[in-house]
Amino acid sequence: MRVVFLGATKGMGRALARLLAARGDELFLLGRDRGELERSCRELEILGAPRARFAYCDLLDRATFAPAIEEAASALGCLDAVIVTAGMFAPQEQLEADAELRDRLLTANFTNTVHFCELARARLLAAGGGTLCVFSSVAGERGRKPVALYGASKAGLSRYLEALDHKFRSQGLRVIAVKPGFVRTGMTAALSPPPFAGEPESVARVVLRAIERGTPEVYAPPIWRWIMAVIRALPRAVLRRIEF
Amino acid sequence: MNFRVSEGRGEELGARAEFDFEVAAPVAVRALQGWGKYPVVWGREVWGEKLEDITRAANLSRGLGRSYGDASLPAAAADLVANTSLADRLLAFNPQTGVVRAEAGLCLRRLNEWSLRRGWFTPVTPGTQHVTLGGMVAADVHGKNHHRSGCFGAYVRSLRLRVADGRVVECSESAEPELFRATLGGMGLTGHILEVEFQLERIPSSWIWEETERAEDIEALIERLRRAGAHWPFTVSWVDCAGSGGKLGRGVLIKGRWADPAEAPRKLPPPRRSVALPFDLPSRLLAAWMARAFNALYHRVHRERARAVHPTAFFYPLDFVREWNRAYGKRGFTQYQCVLPHGEDRYSPRRFLERVQARGAPVYLCVMKDCGPEGRGMLSFPKPGISLALDLPIRDPQSMQRLVDELNEFVIAAGGRVYLAKDAFTRAEHYAAMEPRLSQWRRVRDRWDPAHRLRSAQSARLLGDRA
Repeated sequence: MRVVFLGATKGMGRALARLLAARGDELFLLGRDRGELERSCRELEILGAPRARFAYCDLLDRATFAPAIEEAASALGCLDAVIVTAGMFAPQEQLEADAELRDRLLTANFTNTVHFCELARARLLAAGGGTLCVFSSVAGERGRKPVALYGASKAGLSRYLEALDHKFRSQGLRVIAVKPGFVRTGMTAALSPPPFAGEPESVARVVLRAIERGTPEVYAPPIWRWIMAVIRALPRAVLRRIEF
Repeated sequence: MNFRVSEGRGEELGARAEFDFEVAAPVAVRALQGWGKYPVVWGREVWGEKLEDITRAANLSRGLGRSYGDASLPAAAADLVANTSLADRLLAFNPQTGVVRAEAGLCLRRLNEWSLRRGWFTPVTPGTQHVTLGGMVAADVHGKNHHRSGCFGAYVRSLRLRVADGRVVECSESAEPELFRATLGGMGLTGHILEVEFQLERIPSSWIWEETERAEDIEALIERLRRAGAHWPFTVSWVDCAGSGGKLGRGVLIKGRWADPAEAPRKLPPPRRSVALPFDLPSRLLAAWMARAFNALYHRVHRERARAVHPTAFFYPLDFVREWNRAYGKRGFTQYQCVLPHGEDRYSPRRFLERVQARGAPVYLCVMKDCGPEGRGMLSFPKPGISLALDLPIRDPQSMQRLVDELNEFVIAAGGRVYLAKDAFTRAEHYAAMEPRLSQWRRVRDRWDPAHRLRSAQSARLLGDRA
């Protein structure tokens, strides 16, 4: 598989890129820290990727999207999959207090991720289809006090990905929305992990299986599917009362 | 899914907004502990994929927290500890020579999974694979093959360090050799370890040929250990500390070597499952009769046999239970590991165990192994002799302190020393008496870090660093 990957240097993206490399997939990483991209590429080649290259792309700068995707496509010759794990998290209190930060988070997680996906899916469709795998979050399933803004950005993204899958699956585009629960990564390192916290490696294995099968919606670790089924079923009055 | 700040001290928490594709360094104030769950120390911990960034202001690096005592804990609550575990990439590998370079936070488990499939393995491994490369260097770990292969440091070719004044230095036997040797076994006090380059070992198959035999008392066990060491690269023994008189120190000797392709299964060892201990067991379970029962069962189960085994099962039997340290309850435990030099007195290990028994300490697990010559690590633990490691549950810290003091006095008189990666109780004066190389090491440290900016709770305790 020839894969374009935005967010492969860290956390769940790093773990997923490693699995792809071990399968022998050819990778093209997008990101904005050249040093980190280069290090990740070196590792992915050691792990088995026939080639791993990178180009600059900044999720906060929409102008970088098209050139980055073009560069990746011409380097790879043809695209089979585009994966987006990049995203942003900030505590709710900080987002409430800082309008500029709020704008950045909403832009990165929703608006610009959608713009990136639009370019990616156009690219994939032009070549007859492929896989677009994007990381959303379980935080988007219900409106919750501690993640009101982050959750809203991911809720919007999840709806978009669902619709994209409905619209283009018949044309060969398989859209995969990944909804991780709490996963121990650098993003959550300062938070105390709840029960059922997952590890990036196990999430990556679940996501890789979904990519192979074309499953449109993935909860990872899988137990979060059932946890979220319960939470989605909770009446609003109950959700308001509990500190969840 | 409770996105709450750890330990409820949110106002001090620097959990910053962050991208998972840019430099991020969340800082949390939290209670930190080693594998033995004692002591528990408040500190600020910072995470990040870029070690060069997060170590800049840090006083200590910490990996997976598998040292038992206070070696990876900060000396003061205001000190910053850089958690290296997110910096875990392989950076280079030469398939001809087996030389590998990686970031210091790389977990040995990942390295093993990767290298085993390619016919390579780490030349020295400790008893758990949940350790980082940086931790393996800092403790200059040894394994079941110490009598033949020495410490991990013997295979380290080069280290990239951030030293106390902020510079990043590459050191090896040819560049800054003193700093290099002081860092092997230097418990992370000479510089933050950023990258490690070391030599892997070629293996003939991905399986271990294991043979076990039993011995009825400690002297017989030591004799068998010594004889096995002449032929077997891996030897270790488990000692029943609950027996008395003639049965004191009866045990099981486990010998191993990499299996020949002819005697090994064709396929690669499958990933090994593990189970988790989901909560702390009640300390009440840690009665002496439980320890006796456990040890009797262990002795009974281990028949003499020979077979090909999974390397993970051979090297890391305890990893089968994740978080097994919870078996010792909330109050935690300490592992007392010392080396008693070969000397005139062949009964020295027996008298050591009798001392432990006399104190009435229930010992669930006692591991004995023979050590080879000292390596180049300036403060490395092993020296020729018998190494004994005992898990001792902590009922109250004062009585544990008395027990450790007493054992340390025994060890000093015998000319031995303790292993800093396990230690939580040794007094500064006892450590100084055990470690004649300390002044040489201090000289190197003072040259690179005259203000002792890099420090740990352990260095405050043993070396008098100001906290």
